[in-house]
Amino acid sequence: MSIEVRAGTFAYGKNEPILRDVSFSAETGETVAILGPNGVGKTTLIKCLLGFLPWERGSTVIDGRELRDFRGRELWQRVAYVPQARKPAFSYLAEDMVLLGRSPYLGDFSMPGARDREIAAEAMELAGISRLRGRSCAHLSGGELQLVLIARALAAEPEYLVLDEPESGLDFRNQLVVLDLIARLCRDRRLTVILNTHYPDHALRVSDKALLLFGNGMHLFGRTEHILTEEHMRALFGVDIAVRRERLNGKEYAAVLPLEILEKGENGPWTRP
Amino acid sequence: MDQRRKFHIWMAVTAALILAFSLAALCMGQFRIEPGRVLRELFVERGTDNVHTTIYNIRIPRVIMALAAGAGLAASGAAFQSLFANPLATPDTLGVANGASFGAALGILLGGGAFQVQALALVFGVAAVLLVFAVTRGVGGRDPSMLMVILAGLVISSLFSALVSLIKYIADPQDVLPVITFWLMGRFSGVTRASMLLALPLIAAGTGLIFLLRFRLNALSLSEDEARAMGVDLRLVRALVIAAAAMTTASVVSVCGVIGWVGLLIPHIARMLFGNDNRYVVPASVLFGALFMLAVDTLARCVNTAEIPVSILTAVIGAPVFILLLRKTGGLSE
Repeated sequence: MSIEVRAGTFAYGKNEPILRDVSFSAETGETVAILGPNGVGKTTLIKCLLGFLPWERGSTVIDGRELRDFRGRELWQRVAYVPQARKPAFSYLAEDMVLLGRSPYLGDFSMPGARDREIAAEAMELAGISRLRGRSCAHLSGGELQLVLIARALAAEPEYLVLDEPESGLDFRNQLVVLDLIARLCRDRRLTVILNTHYPDHALRVSDKALLLFGNGMHLFGRTEHILTEEHMRALFGVDIAVRRERLNGKEYAAVLPLEILEKGENGPWTRP
Repeated sequence: MDQRRKFHIWMAVTAALILAFSLAALCMGQFRIEPGRVLRELFVERGTDNVHTTIYNIRIPRVIMALAAGAGLAASGAAFQSLFANPLATPDTLGVANGASFGAALGILLGGGAFQVQALALVFGVAAVLLVFAVTRGVGGRDPSMLMVILAGLVISSLFSALVSLIKYIADPQDVLPVITFWLMGRFSGVTRASMLLALPLIAAGTGLIFLLRFRLNALSLSEDEARAMGVDLRLVRALVIAAAAMTTASVVSVCGVIGWVGLLIPHIARMLFGNDNRYVVPASVLFGALFMLAVDTLARCVNTAEIPVSILTAVIGAPVFILLLRKTGGLSE
């Protein structure tokens, strides 16, 4: 079972393609992190991946089937999407927000039933936020709201979870809470996860594979330890970077140290100023 | 108290009040009828005198129309607020009311009878929404943003508003202009059995459709991509909601004229009491709207020998009630 993008190309209007022949895949239980500087098309890639924006060329293939061959709600029973957390115009109670995750199983005129409420409650339990049940989303912190949105995605009982910068804007602890939840879902529930992130540390911590978007349609994809090297990150972010690995309590941790900003030469590589 | 329990109790009490108020409204008016006589007319035997005619041809159609208008406008308001993810949206947001007003004013100007005026209002109310669709299609393609739809609604609405002004400008100020002006302020005095029977099925169908879609409305109020990711067929569900609300509003306006406030006020009262979940907001809006409109209309025809236009009363009563509730609940429910 896998989700993959095959030679996807996308351009906004008549502009140069922002994504050119992008290919990557995630197998069951794997986590793929998408990295790149601001404006390089990370969110666009997720929108194309899920069919919110149409690929100009190429396609998304899920379990061997083209995305466009899925009809109606079928797709969203397998794939769940977690948007960047933003306060909605009308806020619902956390439990009602999570219950909305059952929508892919309900017809336009149906109401969620007792079984749906049960599954939503389990999803909240899994995300560790049962205590937020009766709280209004308007009064939640950014971290809590993000966990509610993840629980909502889990309520659809998906096989694939696609998250758009799930940990950005969260405090130090909440970033870890979200990352550990993602790691746990992959390990225990065999969920396949694709996420955008601004933090190479986070990609090193949770991802099996990484996709680097360099802009101008350039990209690199492979196992995280092969792809997320000091050299590649230097070229990706224009920052001189050192990766330090440390064994603590029998576990290896990787830290990404940003050293200094590099200047771009005439079509050349990044250099120290 | 448990939210669902609270909701069910409120709905039961409101339904009982609607029943009681309806019976009272049949008795009240410039021509008073004994409650016993009303009950006998309704459940035992029908007379043949003036009382019978008053009850069956004037008061019952009027009471039913008031209930339907309040329910329909409030449900449409709630639906549009979720559809546009905007708490300030009203049933008129897409220009239905101004379109229907133009149709009615045109009918009155041309000297049409009650039926022609109603039919023209209905046609132009629906035409306004179709125009909005055409404009957004032309500018925004097959999947226009909701902001584009609101903007197009604003444009079409002002266009029809200008056309209404034009008709008022050329209308005879002695006899035609006052009729148009009173029509625009909203009233139930013109309701007849025929006009009610024409409007009621459309209002019932539109309101029923909104009621059925109430859980989907929650997903609609989120961002477009989120709603899609919940498996919502956006194009279909949006079209259904707009069609339902437009049909309801145009039918109400075609019979009763323009009635402001209800579509904004009532859904927000429901939100303050039960939160934003449309599984509560829509049914609560239907019942509260019906009760409110019936109370307002009964007041409009009883306090004075000359009837007070309904729109004036909805605002005069609605505004203080709204402020009171705001103070009591500490703001719109979040």
